[in-house]
This record gives sequence, C-alpha cells and structure tokens, in this order.
Amino acid sequence: MSRIQSVLQALKGQGRKALIPYITAGDPHPDRTVELMHTLVEAGADIIELGVPFSDPMADGPVIQLACERALEHGTSLRQVLEMVKTFRSRDDKTAIVLMGYLNPVEAMGYEAFSDAAKAAGVDGVLTVDLPPEEAEDVAPLFAERGLDPIFLLAPTTTEDRIRAISQHSSGYIYYVSLKGVTGSAQLDVDDVAEKVSRIHALTSVPVGVGFGIRNAETAAAVGRVSDGVIVGSVLVDTIAKNQDDIEALKSSLVNLLKPMREALDELAS
Amino acid sequence: MSVKLTEEMLRALPDTRGHFGAYGGRFVSETLMDSLMQLETEYLKLRDNPEFQATFDKDLADYVGRPSPLYFAERLTRETGGAQIWLKREDLNHTGAHKVNNTIGQALLASFLGKKRVIAETGAGQHGVATATVCARLGLECHVFMGSEDVKRQSLNVYRMKLLGAEVHAVESGTKTLKDAMNEAMRDWVTNVDETFYIIGTVAGPHPYPMLVRDFQAVIGRETRRQSLEQAGRLPDALVACVGGGSNAIGLFYPFLTDESVAMYGVEAGGLGLSSGQHAAPLCAGRPGVLHGNRTYLMEDENGQIAGTHSVSAGLDYPGVGPEHSWLKDVGRAQYVSVTDDEALDGFRKLTRVEGIMPALESAHAVAYATKLAASMDKDQMVVINVSGRGDKDIHTIAQLDGIEI
Repeated sequence: MSRIQSVLQALKGQGRKALIPYITAGDPHPDRTVELMHTLVEAGADIIELGVPFSDPMADGPVIQLACERALEHGTSLRQVLEMVKTFRSRDDKTAIVLMGYLNPVEAMGYEAFSDAAKAAGVDGVLTVDLPPEEAEDVAPLFAERGLDPIFLLAPTTTEDRIRAISQHSSGYIYYVSLKGVTGSAQLDVDDVAEKVSRIHALTSVPVGVGFGIRNAETAAAVGRVSDGVIVGSVLVDTIAKNQDDIEALKSSLVNLLKPMREALDELAS
Repeated sequence: MSVKLTEEMLRALPDTRGHFGAYGGRFVSETLMDSLMQLETEYLKLRDNPEFQATFDKDLADYVGRPSPLYFAERLTRETGGAQIWLKREDLNHTGAHKVNNTIGQALLASFLGKKRVIAETGAGQHGVATATVCARLGLECHVFMGSEDVKRQSLNVYRMKLLGAEVHAVESGTKTLKDAMNEAMRDWVTNVDETFYIIGTVAGPHPYPMLVRDFQAVIGRETRRQSLEQAGRLPDALVACVGGGSNAIGLFYPFLTDESVAMYGVEAGGLGLSSGQHAAPLCAGRPGVLHGNRTYLMEDENGQIAGTHSVSAGLDYPGVGPEHSWLKDVGRAQYVSVTDDEALDGFRKLTRVEGIMPALESAHAVAYATKLAASMDKDQMVVINVSGRGDKDIHTIAQLDGIEI
C-alpha cells in the first residue's frame, strides 16, 4: 500500500478527513520550501501537494501564476523540487507528498528519469494538470512499477462514463475540481459539490479530495462533510505572497489559516 | 529523407485521438475534455453536412471575396533572376489576411452549436480582427485576449477590434505576448465553458483544433492548385509560407501533400538569428514538448520552461507550432527554414517597391526566403508564396525602425 493510501485509510478508520494544502515549490524562495512543508505538517496537513512551477500555468488563476513566476525567478527546476522532497523526507516519513504541475517539465526530464528520481526522493503521487488518462499511456506503467500514485482530475463537466474510466486509472485519490474555473476562483457551490461527489463515490471506491474555492474553516468543513479530503491552495499561496519578506510572519499566517480548517474537519468526526 | 504520402495516409491523420504521429493530442485539464469531445463529434458531423459546407463556401465567396487571386509577380521574378514567382493573395481577403477563412468556419460551428459567446487569442491582431468581424456579422459576444506587449505594437488592430464591438483584454502575465494571450483565453474558457466557443486562430491547441483549422484553411491550397493548373498549366515546384502557429502554411501545403513534385518550405521567424537565441523558430531550433494542449516542437529551456521568443512580427512570436508541421518535419515532407528580422524587412521593402504589394511582416518572411530560393532555381520553374496578409497593420513598426514618427 502506498503512503497516500495508508494515510487516507488511517484517517478513514478514525472517521477523519484529510487536509491537503498546496504550495508552490520555490515560492517565495527555494531555500524556504522544506521549512514551509514542515510548517504545513505542524498545522495539520496529512498530504502536501507541492506545486512544480511552470512558465505557462494555464489552469491557474493569478495567485498561483505569480507564485510560479516568483519561483522561476529563483530558477526553481523540477530537479530542485525533487531535492526539496528528499530533504523533507529526512525528517518526515509520514506525510504523503504529491507533486502537482504541468507535463512539459516532466517531458523535458524524460518520463523514466522523472519516475526514478521521484520515487527515490520520496514522492508518493503525481498530479499533472494537463495530462488526462488518454495521454498518460506511456507514463502510467512507469508510475505503477514504482508505486507512484497517479492522481487525476475530475471536473463538474466530467460525464459518468469518464468518471468510471478515469477512476480506473487513478490510485491514491481523485482530485475533484469543485467549480468551472481556474485556481483561486471564489464561487463555491457546496450543494452542487455534495451532489457531484456522491455521484463519484457511487461510481468508484477511490477516495475523493475536493479542491478549488476552499478558503476557510467554514468552506473546509462544508466540503469535508461530503468528501474524503479538502485541498487548499490559493489562499495559502496568497499569504505567502503577502508575507514573503518575513519568514516568521509567513509561517504563522500559514498556521493561522490551516489550524482552524484542521479543527473544523476534526469536529466533523466527533 | 522524405516519405511518399498517400491519400490514405492523410485520411488517417490525425488519428481518433488527435495525433499526427507523435504530435498533437489533447493535453488539457479535465474541465475542457467534455467540450473538446463534443466539438470533435459535432465538427465531424458538420464536415460532411452539405448545408454546412454550402454555407461556408458561400460566405467565403460573398463575404471574404474568394477565390483570392494567384498573381504572377513578373517584375519580382525578373529582379530575382530565377524561378517564376507567383503570389497567393490572401492579403486581399476581407479583413486583410488568411485568418478570416478559419473564423468564418469556426463562427459557423459556434452558431450550429448554439453558443452565443466567443473568445479568441491574438498576436498581431489579425485573428482578433477576423474573429471580431465574424462576431459582428453574426451578433455574437466577442472577447479577444492579447498580450499587453502586442497591444502596444499593434494599436491599429486593437482599435479595429473595438470598433467591431469586441472587448479586448490586455494580458499582463508571463511574456505578455501570444502564448500568454492563449493561456488567458484557456482560463476564460475553463471558467465559461458552457456558453463559450473558443475560436483558436492557428493549427495548434488541443484536438480537434489543429484538424478543423487546417480544414478551413485548406481552401488556400485547393484554390492555388486549381489556379496553377489553369494559369500556368502546371503545378508549382515549390510552395513557401511563413510559420508561426502555421495556419496559412498548412492551408497552402495540405492539398499538395501527395504531389511529390511539389516542395514545401515553412519559414520561421529567425529574429536576431538562430544562434542569438532571440527568435521564434521551434521547428528549426527547438525540441518536442507539450504546451497549449498539444505535443509539438517548442522553444524551451533545459528544465522544460517555455522560452521567451522574439520576432519583429507579432504574429510569428510564438514558442510552439501546429503539431501537423512537427509531423511533416519529422517525415521530411516539408522543410522548415528561418529568416531574420532584417531579411524579413528587406522582403517587405522589396515586394512593396517592386510589385506595389505591401505584405504583412509575417508574410514578408516567406517573401524573403522565396526570393533566395527562386534565385537558386531554373527560369522554367515555379514558386508560389503565400502572401498571408497585408502590411498596413505594420506601418508603425516599419516607420519606427526607420526612425519616423507617424
């Protein structure tokens, strides 16, 4: 069983939901990323989605676009991101790590070299935004051989047939994109999410994490109630931007955002 | 080395998942997949629908003014001193470039699909103008995304789009050029996917766009083929077209692909020279990768980040290229070359002074290469240049380079 699977299974046994924060690696500076990852864990993260910066993040709103630009100004490369994971792993072998990004940096490194390096670094899952399962035929067996979980997206526009097909290619969890839009969009419709996630649950046993539009304890709890985990990104990246010059303020702002979400999620269990 | 292409091979391209050999495909986030698959299904139905085709042909004739002439550039031929140079006059189309062939087709598709809101990306502004034009005609809401750098260097086209009723969104992210405009259009599309039709301006993007844009632009090559036979009594020996995303080039090349005797040259923007790194020539100097929904040759750094591009011509200033061109390069059917900014400017001046035809700076790249090529060929041979657009929009750029304030 992969680390993602055991994390999610343990939570399920306790009736708890996963808290899955996202930050962009290299933002505000590559030297800070590992430290921030540990901060996320202290604030209650079960899984970390670590963004691999890309020059053309087509599915992202302005907040994460700017994070990518900051990270790339410091020359953050995929290889460096893998080094960060390796360093993080020397102190933490419990928290699952999912690399999230776009396909081209992976293509440039080569599928096999990337798969080997990701496994060796301690990466558990890979979410490639612009790689639907139809185009993942070459890379999927490489991930499978190494026990890396391929995380795919489902969207409000995904048909039932595709939900079934995508689930079959997924392990670890499925990322349900709660709304039509880019990351950082605000208009979360909780009833709609509840309906769609229950439809997904009826079609697959793979756990479902929900992202896009979760910004506070209230939205986290609302989404946590109907899913297996909540994914929080832009609101964290935004606070990184605002506090980029003061690392202590930055860390406490991350904790101040995540702790109430953790508590709200854990209240669902009791 | 080149393979002989057959009708049968071409019919199988792209395959059912949008692949041209190793290139193309559908690399987008999940939210867009359903729309793309619907678009593909509907397009394949309409492609064989006589009513749709008849409407398209009628619009091209009565609204665009097709067929565009194939013109024998006698004086340019004489000055060049080699093969006969003929010009396919896409600059004479309504709105001044080949772009309108495609926007007519896609706007028709949008109407058939019942979409009322249209978005488009644009570089030089020609595709934006062509989109705004067809939207005005069909009463569709139109939003055009344009890099803020391009907004500055193509202010005339920005104003044209506004006059036509389009909303122009200046894109400030990334390099502020065509690729960023395309990113922003994709972001808008993902947000408004239900009611929006995305009119992509070139033969790139996710499947089915490279296929349908090619099909709409192939009218250029079909006419050229027929006109060559009628006017010159023969097929050309060489076709030359500029390549940014590659829509005018594929439009010209496609109907000739099985004509083995016809050589094809796609001319990329060499900018300040390939060795300077300041160019927009992915086929000449890039390598395969994935951007904007398809696998194709790209300009990127060793870490897979998309590289900044440079060209004097905004319409060629793009780090990728249509996937079918990547395939044609690999199988050796077409050759891809580049000319520098300076050579293109010389091409612009030459055609203007010798033939009284002012080409777009994009098309001037084709002119520059074709004159070199023609000079190396025999007098009884024949070269066709696709003059993909007219140069009025570039007057400010040219004047600025000449140090003149207009």
